[in-house]
Amino acid sequence: MLLDARDLVQRFDGTTVLDGLSLATGDVQALVLIGPSGGGKTTLLRILAGLDVPAAGGVSFDGVPLPRDEAALRDYRRSVGTVFQAYNLFPHLSALDNLLLPLVHVHGLSPAAARDRVREPLERFQLAAHAHKRPAELSGGQKQRIAILRALVVRPRRLFLDEPTSALDPEMRGEVLAMIRELKETGVEFVLVTHEMAFARRIADEVAFVGDGRVLAAGPAAEIFDHCQSPRVRDFLSRTLI
Amino acid sequence: MPRWIAHLVVVAVFAGLIAVAFARVNYAWNWAGVWEYRQKFVQAWLTTVAISLAALVVSTLIGSLAALCLASRRPLVEAIGRVYVELIRGTPLLVQLLLGFYVVASAVGLENRYVVGVLVLSLFSGAYMAEIFRGGLAAIPRTQRDSARAIGLTPWQTLRLVILPQALRLVLPPVAGQLVSLIKDSSLLSVIAISEFTLNAQEVNAFTYSTLESYLPLAAGYLVLTLPLSALARWLESRVRFEA
Repeated sequence: MLLDARDLVQRFDGTTVLDGLSLATGDVQALVLIGPSGGGKTTLLRILAGLDVPAAGGVSFDGVPLPRDEAALRDYRRSVGTVFQAYNLFPHLSALDNLLLPLVHVHGLSPAAARDRVREPLERFQLAAHAHKRPAELSGGQKQRIAILRALVVRPRRLFLDEPTSALDPEMRGEVLAMIRELKETGVEFVLVTHEMAFARRIADEVAFVGDGRVLAAGPAAEIFDHCQSPRVRDFLSRTLI
Repeated sequence: MPRWIAHLVVVAVFAGLIAVAFARVNYAWNWAGVWEYRQKFVQAWLTTVAISLAALVVSTLIGSLAALCLASRRPLVEAIGRVYVELIRGTPLLVQLLLGFYVVASAVGLENRYVVGVLVLSLFSGAYMAEIFRGGLAAIPRTQRDSARAIGLTPWQTLRLVILPQALRLVLPPVAGQLVSLIKDSSLLSVIAISEFTLNAQEVNAFTYSTLESYLPLAAGYLVLTLPLSALARWLESRVRFEA
């Protein structure tokens, strides 16, 4: 994907969260957004995912600008997948029904075809044994992996992952990160917001450091992590990369 | 101890206490006088059942509509819902019935007192239902709407597939309680001369001077309606239960 975000401004209740943020990437498969909490990473991701519309500025992927009206944005959201930090799943539905819901009600598959579609991915990620459990009966890691799978089985053009491991124990973080790594290997495009610096460095094609509502540094992962000129970014990395 | 035995024991102890109380006041029973009016009781009880059923359906509709008003982001729509709920909940049903029948219904030429009775009762109960439904909708976390939007559901699909199934579980117990109240509140329809269960008990009492013999069957007649309703609600609740 070629991402081009220009002069994005977003305000909530008078607070400026994105302050003229611009970011242009090369043709990357995995873009990772890092930076301090409250810096604007999640706000940026929500705009990229078509969940929010910026107050000013615009975004395009591969030269196609994101629409601004809700109906067109809904079509856009149907073509991508988004996973939040937590509470992605619908608690009244089993894991399987969570996977089937968008396939059947949004993408028009018959229930039988939808079941066929999810069978192999459930096996591949060792989740088949848990398919009939409600979210309350799943571990945090299983919940997140089902959520990623739900975003994946609709065959999206790309995924948006907003701190998918932040609410998890270390052990469960490992299983979710392993899944994301496997997605990378199978060619899935994604934008990931994370505080897992070691993981970000390994998986990212490009990294953007978002702070104070702007992109303070951006480029290939190695460049940002090893040779960044910005004192602000180096300070942040020295405190988070142990 | 199984739950049903526990229930039986509690009921038996309670009945025993009541029996002792009656024995101490030496109440002179006269069931024969009241027994002659049994047909009247049955007729009136059926009227109460019919009125309650009708009001149950209509008040659920009104309550749903008003809850949508309360949740609306348009100030005028929200205000309509809020004023309705507060006016109805803040005033006695008795006054609403008298105003509704003698003023509003007369003014618009609506003469069937049974229709007026069901409408006023439904408006009354609907105000409580509206708050229950609104609370149920508000209790569903924002993250659920976000997730629904992220997978591309329309607002209507979000309501139908995500919000309502979860809200239903939350509102069932209070709705059942409200419906029990509704059945008992229908007794007030006697003030606009609707020949329902309570009015008939009052009449039988006037004919026979046997107060308790007239009113005890009244209590039993309401319990026959409200107890199964509570049981049904508990059963439904167990069927839609899941952990959040």
